[in-house]
Amino acid sequence: MSDTVPTPLLSVRDLTVAFRGQKTEREVLHGVSFDLLPGETLAIVGESGSGKSTTASAIVNLLPGTGHVTGGSILLDGRELTSLGRSQMERIRGREIGYVPQDPMSNLNPVWSIGFQVKEAVRANGIAHGRHAVRQRAIEVLKQAGLADADRRLHQYPHQFSGGMRQRALISIGLAADPKLLIADEPTSALDVTVQRVILDHMANLTREKGTSVLLITHDLGLAAERAEKIVVMQQGRIVEAGPSREILENPLHPYTQKLVAAAPSIASQRIQAQAESRGILHESDIDAPPAVRVRDLTKDYKIRTGGFRSVPFRAVDAVSFDIPKGKTLALVGESGSGKSTVAKMVLKIEEPTSGLIEIDGKDTEKLTAREVMDLRRRMQPVFQDPYGSLDPLRNIGNTIAEPLEIHGVGDKASRRARVVELLDQVSLPQELASRYPNELSGGQRQRVAIARALALKPEVVVLDEAVSALDVLVQDQILKLLAELQSELDLTYLFITHDLAVVRVVADEVCVMEKGRVVEQGTVDEIFANPAEDYTRRLLDAIPGASIPLGGGVR
Amino acid sequence: MLAYILRRLLQVIPVFIGSTLLIYFLVFAMPGDPIAALFGDKQPSPQLLEQLRDQYHLNEPFLVQYWYYLSGIFRGDLGTTFSGQSVNDVLARTLPVTARLAIMAIGIEFALSIVIGTISAVRKGKLFDHAALIAGLVFLSVPVFVLGFVAQYFLAIKLGWFNPTVGGNNGWNGLWLPAMVLGVSLFATSMRLMRGSVIETRNQDWVRTAYSKGLSRGRVLPVHVMRNSLIPMITNSATNFGILLVGATVTEAVFNIPGVGNTLFQATIRHEGPTIVSFVTVFVILYVLVNLLIDLLYGLLDPRIRYVK
Amino acid sequence: MSSDSIATHYVAPAETTTITVDAVRVAEKPTSLWSDAWRDIRRRPTFWISVAIVVVVLLMSFVPTLFTHTDPKSCNLDFSNAGPAPGHPFGYTFQGCDIYARIIWGTRVSVSVGLLATIIGSIIGLVMGALAGYYGGWLDSVLSRVGDIFFSIPYILAAVVVMTVFAQFRNVLTLSVAIGGFAWASTARVVRAEVLRVRQSDFVTASRALGKSNFGTLVSHVIPNAIAPLLVVSTLSLAAAIVAEATLAFLGVGLGDEVISWGTEISAAQTSIRVAPMSLIYPSIFLTVTVLAFIMLGELIRDALDPRARAQR
Repeated sequence: MSDTVPTPLLSVRDLTVAFRGQKTEREVLHGVSFDLLPGETLAIVGESGSGKSTTASAIVNLLPGTGHVTGGSILLDGRELTSLGRSQMERIRGREIGYVPQDPMSNLNPVWSIGFQVKEAVRANGIAHGRHAVRQRAIEVLKQAGLADADRRLHQYPHQFSGGMRQRALISIGLAADPKLLIADEPTSALDVTVQRVILDHMANLTREKGTSVLLITHDLGLAAERAEKIVVMQQGRIVEAGPSREILENPLHPYTQKLVAAAPSIASQRIQAQAESRGILHESDIDAPPAVRVRDLTKDYKIRTGGFRSVPFRAVDAVSFDIPKGKTLALVGESGSGKSTVAKMVLKIEEPTSGLIEIDGKDTEKLTAREVMDLRRRMQPVFQDPYGSLDPLRNIGNTIAEPLEIHGVGDKASRRARVVELLDQVSLPQELASRYPNELSGGQRQRVAIARALALKPEVVVLDEAVSALDVLVQDQILKLLAELQSELDLTYLFITHDLAVVRVVADEVCVMEKGRVVEQGTVDEIFANPAEDYTRRLLDAIPGASIPLGGGVR
Repeated sequence: MLAYILRRLLQVIPVFIGSTLLIYFLVFAMPGDPIAALFGDKQPSPQLLEQLRDQYHLNEPFLVQYWYYLSGIFRGDLGTTFSGQSVNDVLARTLPVTARLAIMAIGIEFALSIVIGTISAVRKGKLFDHAALIAGLVFLSVPVFVLGFVAQYFLAIKLGWFNPTVGGNNGWNGLWLPAMVLGVSLFATSMRLMRGSVIETRNQDWVRTAYSKGLSRGRVLPVHVMRNSLIPMITNSATNFGILLVGATVTEAVFNIPGVGNTLFQATIRHEGPTIVSFVTVFVILYVLVNLLIDLLYGLLDPRIRYVK
Repeated sequence: MSSDSIATHYVAPAETTTITVDAVRVAEKPTSLWSDAWRDIRRRPTFWISVAIVVVVLLMSFVPTLFTHTDPKSCNLDFSNAGPAPGHPFGYTFQGCDIYARIIWGTRVSVSVGLLATIIGSIIGLVMGALAGYYGGWLDSVLSRVGDIFFSIPYILAAVVVMTVFAQFRNVLTLSVAIGGFAWASTARVVRAEVLRVRQSDFVTASRALGKSNFGTLVSHVIPNAIAPLLVVSTLSLAAAIVAEATLAFLGVGLGDEVISWGTEISAAQTSIRVAPMSLIYPSIFLTVTVLAFIMLGELIRDALDPRARAQR
């Protein structure tokens, strides 16, 4: 009778990994176990600090810095990897286990051509011998990874490739030797959503053809469910749940997984409503009130220096128009290069528009005296993306939050201190943080401080430029809920810039889809998501990972 | 790439003019009689004074003077020394000697700093690293001329391994001791730079990718680490060239090598103003040219500049 | 027997404590960049060694009588190049002066030149670099070109020219201006690079969006964050300036024969190198040790302020 239970290709048991600190050892993986069958794709899902990348690196013994495996076993095809010597591990890498890293910018050596780096992989693993054969094989794997004119591209350098092309090159390097196992560590997180889909599709086709097992590391549950047969959920160095992907998503059992599933924004989610009572009927006066923000035919031209001495004009924003009614949220969504951040900067008066109209509360922001500009700034505040760069590291939290009050000469020292306490309370941060410094806080906490600072002057409009894009899913969910609360309490109007359509679903009332500087489509969120009229919008919607899977875990 | 070359060439011109102008300004735009000031408390003959006043066109407005001076440089006429020799002749005699010294010193410097710097970086924190860092620090802290005297005293006079002075024996073989002194004093900074560069490069993501392909350390280190680490070294040698010039001057003085630096040294010791000015100008011109060359070399080495998108 | 993870749904036992998302976890005392750096640096023995050396050197500058009671200027040709004797641990110079006394008394001049030249160079470098890096555009082009021009004249050579022209004014001030007035160019480059980096941070954009003036942002946000490398470069400049004084003395354009400094001492001892090498080596040792101390300090400060090293602590 045949064996009904196939033997796993990769078998990890009780793996523990620690980092050597100055005096102590810090354990980061506390006993991880899972199996991967031949030809199967398994996704390890987790937030930052969960240990998912560490697990991947440990398998190929490429832990960063002082990391090392302290216990457990890793069996590849029955062979124990943790006890291998350096040269033995070198033979395994590339030939039996391929690796595709995350960031296409930094993972290719800038001084060697793409062809050189691919050929290196081919030659090192003994796939082909002789210049001609190596070159042919290099072209072959590049073509397979989706780089059509591979033979022309061989002698080009990484900086001449786009992000998507670079990632394809990295995939071809990982698969150059036809390994049995491919480890892909967030292979598309740094890319635009539409490019992501194309590349992942390609990778899936390739691995299916060759029967390669794939260990996919990702923070995106939807993506994991779409691309993998099994999911392993990790939190703080431990596996909290594992099983078939559909089952995990439709029926999560562990509280952490349930939280993840509930917090992951997707098309099916609903708009986050504030816990407080809904704002109900509009007052009559509101209907005639001018929109909080009105933008008409906004255009911005830049001069780009080409390599030589000429400079060509570049239209970053092309005749963009939209209105944001008071108290509502408008999302500007687009991929990189769409011009959405430039629009935000112009609304905030950090950049001057080339032409067009911007009205805040009915007043044209173009021709204002310095006095009036200061007044305007009181009513309009930003929150930026990078929580690690948006706070001055040399100022404590209290001073940072109080700075707008200082600049605009509001109140005296005592009243400012009181206001800081009030604001910290509003963003649910403990009072004691006022004397602390940004480096002591996490990303989510810093964003709260940034929000508190934005609210110091009681503005009417808040411009959020990718304010949650750098945060983990659960933290992102918290911040979005906080923003909704604040919006209803303080009657704020939000201009929300993002590249993530799924976040738009949960956060916005109206949406403008931008591509290459122009507004491609706009309308209410319900309309656009239900009936996208434009091709581009449809592509964006389709590209959302996990779009087709109904996520369980309770209704909002 | 072409645009880069042109841009660099264009940038060189104002710097060239500016620096020569600055020197000229320092000397000739000060109140008082610059010629007399240049000679300090020496008493040159009145004819020489007149000849120099004429040569420097001191009876004309400052900018005109400078124009004569600048066009003289372009014509290749750098004036005369205090003793009446043409600067060009002196250069023809002395430049080859200094060039030999410089090349040997740079060779020693690079060989030492690349090898020691890389090993130090790979064995960071271990004994070799600490020893190398301490040695580097010490050589960094000792002025070149002191190093020269100490080497001269211990290695040449006491141990007799080398000649204490070079003099006429200034072919490649006779320059070993001074070249070592100069090379070692330069190596101190380069080694730390190489070490830092290698440490930083090793942490780069592409190094991990290289290992993930299955490459051995013997391949990754030279191809993916050192090749990239050399770039900052090369750009640094441009700024280091100034230190090399000063170091060469001092070394030639200590070991009595008849090079350009020694000529300058003799002039400074004897307070011979005009010669000092001429030779400092020569050094500045050399510095600007070498910087330009190294920038162009850098453009060749870094494909991001060679091939624009 | 079935492998436990093929088709089964594995769930880890739920923790007894609730999972709080993004809990606030702070150390006992607030830690800013500077207090962190201080805490790191004071643990290192090399820091204290360097500080000790610097303190001793400063004492030698201000209160030389603490170290010697011999008059450095009382020279007796009978003792020319004589060896050590009781009360005269280092022996005598070519002119018959007490070497030890001259070294101690020379400290003040050498250190003064070092400090003054560094202060001049750092201030000019800070202003030029910050303005160029922050405002960019044509101001950057102009200032950078000016910096390039000064940069292309090695500061020792420039000092040679200046000291030759101003031969009547061979004092500490002139020498310091000659050195600092040309050495600022490399400081300016470092400052400019750091200002460029900081300028791109979101907190700078936020400050502008809040309504702070351009110049106000520069002074209160950008410069404090860009000052760390300046500190490092300044300590290294100090070391270099002390060496420069000696080198210029050697080249004959130093402070002149009546002034006692390490440079003049080393330079004067050249002629007796074969007979009495120690008359050159002793002052060199003092100079080298002092310079070493400052360089070590500079490196330690650089390590302490390095953001990457901080992250690992």
